[in-house]
Amino acid sequence: MTLPLLLVGISIISFMLLNFAPGDAAEITLMRQNGGVAPSQEAIQALRQDLGLNDALPIRYGRWVSNAVRGDLGESYRTGGSIAAELFHRLPATLLLAATALALAVAVGIPLGVMAAVKRGTWLDTGCRLMALVGAAVPSYVMAPALMLLFAVKLDWLPAIGYGSPQNLILPAIALSFGTMSQLMRLTRASLLEVLEQDYMRTARAKGMTENIVVWRHGLKNSLLPVVTVLGTSMGYLLGGAVIVETIFGWPGIGQFVVTGIFQRDYPVVQGFVLYVAVIFLFVNLAVDVSYRWLDPRLHFDRQSS
Amino acid sequence: MAETPRLAKEPRSDEISRRSDRRLAILRNLRRDPGTVLGFVIVFGTIIVALLAPWLPIQDPTDLDLGNRLLSPSQEFPLGTDHLGRDELSRIIFGARVTLLMSGASVAIIMLIASIFGSLAGYYGGWIDSGLMMVVDLLLAFPALILGVAVAGILGPSLVNLMIAVSVVWWASHARVIRGMVLSAREREYVVAARAIGASDRRIVVFHISRNIIGPFVVLASLDIGWIILGIAGLSFLGLGAQPPTPEWGAMLNDSRSYMQTAPLLLLAPGSAIFSLVLGFNLLGDGVRDLLDPTTYH
Repeated sequence: MTLPLLLVGISIISFMLLNFAPGDAAEITLMRQNGGVAPSQEAIQALRQDLGLNDALPIRYGRWVSNAVRGDLGESYRTGGSIAAELFHRLPATLLLAATALALAVAVGIPLGVMAAVKRGTWLDTGCRLMALVGAAVPSYVMAPALMLLFAVKLDWLPAIGYGSPQNLILPAIALSFGTMSQLMRLTRASLLEVLEQDYMRTARAKGMTENIVVWRHGLKNSLLPVVTVLGTSMGYLLGGAVIVETIFGWPGIGQFVVTGIFQRDYPVVQGFVLYVAVIFLFVNLAVDVSYRWLDPRLHFDRQSS
Repeated sequence: MAETPRLAKEPRSDEISRRSDRRLAILRNLRRDPGTVLGFVIVFGTIIVALLAPWLPIQDPTDLDLGNRLLSPSQEFPLGTDHLGRDELSRIIFGARVTLLMSGASVAIIMLIASIFGSLAGYYGGWIDSGLMMVVDLLLAFPALILGVAVAGILGPSLVNLMIAVSVVWWASHARVIRGMVLSAREREYVVAARAIGASDRRIVVFHISRNIIGPFVVLASLDIGWIILGIAGLSFLGLGAQPPTPEWGAMLNDSRSYMQTAPLLLLAPGSAIFSLVLGFNLLGDGVRDLLDPTTYH
């Protein structure tokens, strides 16, 4: 699917989400303005007319989308504040957390995968395979409280919750990245094992290059393609995991905002959040697509022929 | 229907020996594969304990006893009690029922939707295929957990809504895989032969193609259960699934956070339960894949 079509589709799904939400926007807004007193039927009808809630679905969608494109995702049922402004204000915290987690996963996972492949069959390899098994079965919401218990409560090395200093970032980032880290490690190992069998690796050795250059330059670059393929998915996974991790560590990002919104039945917040994250995710995947071509120039021709 | 000649149902002798050879090979491989055995033991052990839960000599998992809050492990409460004085062991055991039931039902729903959409798209091709795959692409454009949180949040917290949310989010990628399998099966000789004897499209898909793709289909489902369990427990952890007093591991984990200093066991118990069951299903899934898809170990 092309990018514009995907954007339209994403916006339709996000728009429809609010349609499934219980409750009436006009009634909820009036309740807030009147301080919790149930509004009269006439007042509700009048506001429905004003807000255009009585219009047909396509018209409401058109209005919503044209507002969204101009950066207006509506108002919060609870506070009446702009949702887009709040999301924008909180986005840096979430991106900091997710990007740190991704960087950690790449910086630890890929070298470990390379070492496991090179030292295949040794205790290091076995350890890495164990880590892959554990990493796939320990979710962030188990990892996070466990880390908190050990490093914040028992050892008192790091703060349990909070935001602002680098120390605050360590535990949430580790909790969030562990699953992705072990997945990247497993993929790198499998992919590099295949590459190590290739003829060009023998050629590189025959040229007299040191084993380190052979593995890390020739081998790793050629085995990165499947790893980069999952980076997009990983970012989606990390953004999703951030919702949970932010809630646990009191991290003031967009995930915490949406969870609070859900329990206050602030549905436009949920809707705006979904649209926001999906658009970010779309551009992350676009960046991944572009980086393929840099890693494997052969793909140019494949793409054009298909 | 009696379309198939009876003779064709009787296995030929070389087929029998091939089958028993394969069974022997499976047993031999199992002995060399302690991971699969461990997975099998964990999964079926959990299933048996969960089935027997009402008859085990444990307290009711919802019995409140505020006089016995946050007790350490003892003879009476092997894993201590939670913040409302409920028996933690009993809640873990009854939590296994909730987890297994929820994840089993979700996988069933997901695979059902995925096979309907996947086989329609793969078998008919054309605009049906393009249309259905467009829906799939769209759903995959959202990070799974984000859409799951949103759907569960908007429908309101409950176990049924949680199952709906997980199913809505998860079927799409499988539909695409099944489409691919049906697409390649469509061109095979047995399908041409079935069409030649006048079988209907539905019969070809439901009867002929499905039997030939059942192996990879089972692999797909069994590798998925671990993820589904993690998704369900994660949404429950956020408060979007099981509501009190239902014992559910994710929700128990969330409850225990406020008491981690005084009662760390309340955190470790549901955490290890989730970990070991997911590990068990993953190991078993890997084993099933190796058995049904022999290319992986040659």
